[in-house]
Amino acid sequence: MMGKWKRMKGWQNKMQDRIVLEATNLKKYYHRGLEIVKALDGVELKIKEREIASIVGPSGSGKTTLMNLIGCLDKATEGTLKIVNTEVTPLGENDLIKIRRENIGFVFQRFYLIPNLTVRENIELPLIFAKKSINEKKLSVLLEEVGLKGKERIQVKYLSGGDKQRTGIARALVNDPKILIADEPTGKLETEVKGQILELFKSLSEKGLAICIATHDLELAQATQRIIHLQDGKIVPKEKSDLYY
Amino acid sequence: MKFFILAYKNLKRRKSRSFLTIGGVAVAVAVLVALLGFNAGYQEALTSDVDKMGYQVVVTAKGCPYEAATMILSGEAGLRFIDEDIYKQITSDPDIDKITPLLAQLAYDPEKMEGKGGFTNYLGIEESYMQLKPNVEILTGEWFSGNDVNEAILGYEAAESEQKSVGDKISIPGKDIKFTIVGVFNRTATQEDGTVFLPLKTTQRVFDIEGKLTGIGIKLKQIEKISEFEERLYPIASIQVISMSQVKGTILSLVNSAKILIMSVAFIAIFVAIIGVINTILMSVFERTQEIGIMKAIGASRSDIFKLIWMETLIICTLGGIFGSVIAIFGGNLTELLVRKVMPYAPGGRLLLITPDLLVYSFLGVIIVGIISGLYPAFKAASMRPIEVIRSGE
Repeated sequence: MMGKWKRMKGWQNKMQDRIVLEATNLKKYYHRGLEIVKALDGVELKIKEREIASIVGPSGSGKTTLMNLIGCLDKATEGTLKIVNTEVTPLGENDLIKIRRENIGFVFQRFYLIPNLTVRENIELPLIFAKKSINEKKLSVLLEEVGLKGKERIQVKYLSGGDKQRTGIARALVNDPKILIADEPTGKLETEVKGQILELFKSLSEKGLAICIATHDLELAQATQRIIHLQDGKIVPKEKSDLYY
Repeated sequence: MKFFILAYKNLKRRKSRSFLTIGGVAVAVAVLVALLGFNAGYQEALTSDVDKMGYQVVVTAKGCPYEAATMILSGEAGLRFIDEDIYKQITSDPDIDKITPLLAQLAYDPEKMEGKGGFTNYLGIEESYMQLKPNVEILTGEWFSGNDVNEAILGYEAAESEQKSVGDKISIPGKDIKFTIVGVFNRTATQEDGTVFLPLKTTQRVFDIEGKLTGIGIKLKQIEKISEFEERLYPIASIQVISMSQVKGTILSLVNSAKILIMSVAFIAIFVAIIGVINTILMSVFERTQEIGIMKAIGASRSDIFKLIWMETLIICTLGGIFGSVIAIFGGNLTELLVRKVMPYAPGGRLLLITPDLLVYSFLGVIIVGIISGLYPAFKAASMRPIEVIRSGE
């Protein structure tokens, strides 16, 4: 599956893609009583358009912290972070909201959809917050793309796990983000659905989307173009990683 | 989809809780509307009753002036009698415009109210009574044929409840005399509608109280001269002069004292409703911390979350306000029935006056309550940091 996809796109083409996420010496320290916890300790990372990168590492390695920082949900203690050429580390909450609305889409393991809203209403949520009106044609294309055509009027509580995650992905994409941040996106899904979601990610990345997946699932990680190993808050080479392949 | 729909659907997710909270607000609003409506209604009905009485001043036997006046208002018997001579004595007073003697009596009728028994009011009157009562007219029949005849004129409701009309006979319980109904008065929406009117002399004879009256109704040429008039009557030891505006004021002040107590209860109900609203919204905020975090992650600002939670509170209060007003309007009859049972004197007409103004003010009041109650939960939700709340669910 992965091989076919690599052949289809080719690395050369990817070299021309612009960098949409660039972290330099990114640090995040927490205080736990008198102790300082170095959740991230000098991370250097670049992610380009059309790239699918997976972030792997044992529990406590800093995956979630990194995802939260690059998702502009949290602020770094030190270092710089550029999202589509905007340096976000000095920005205040309102500017970060703007960056999130315009550039970042989130997909969660537990979907976090509003159960009594329909598929369509859940997808529309980011547009309400961004004070944008819905483009019916675009929405129709999006529903088709994620495989939810015909299900838009169903309340999400009646959907299968796969369709819930498709709704979550459509919600993340409705604002045309440049980066999709997915935290264990297949963690609650069956193997067959997992494959479908991965295929969906690949097709989205081919259209220019950069996808960053935090996962414990090595099978999923290996299906992405790049695996970033995190350990003790640092990016380490594969051979130094504690993870077993 | 708009913010409003989102807020509404959020409330629908917790149907029972939202419904109960709306119920709490509705009860508080209904109590408030009913009380304020009662206050306005009672005041208007009492004023109307007093105005319809036609007398500005009532002379009665000495005793508790307000009890006596209340009894006169109710069309019941006075506590004590005054001599008819006093009537003759004061008729010539220069300040009097119109004057009429009154003799009220009560008789227990075991057959009344479908066998449950009850009192019937009898009022002995003279033709001068009609001059003081511009709103009383003979609907059917005519005035008594003489001063001491066994004839009766029925109040509108008395005729209706007894199912009697002109030409029929009635009798007073315990008295072996038949009275011919010679007339029926029009509906006045006062206590007099339920009264049986007899000629004054007949009443004195039948009840064996010759030469006695229970009161004298007076209309002065100028009401401002009441104190001078009162002064002139002062030497007559056995009587007292009661101005009906004083009576009205006293009854209203009694009602107002009760109102303060009842209003305290209403405010407690409103306070409990506010706490209920805050509790419901706060609970739903705490239950949705992850969801609020996710909303922030997908682009909601602090003000968006504040607006959303605030809107939920406003929807609860608005629906509570609507249901409360509906309950107050339709439950008004029940409230009126209860009030009539517990009040020592309840005037005729509607006691509960629920006006559009009252509904609008109560509704605006509940919206203000909603705005205030929603502040804290909305602020709490808006202050949540997305990262912390998302992490708290993991």
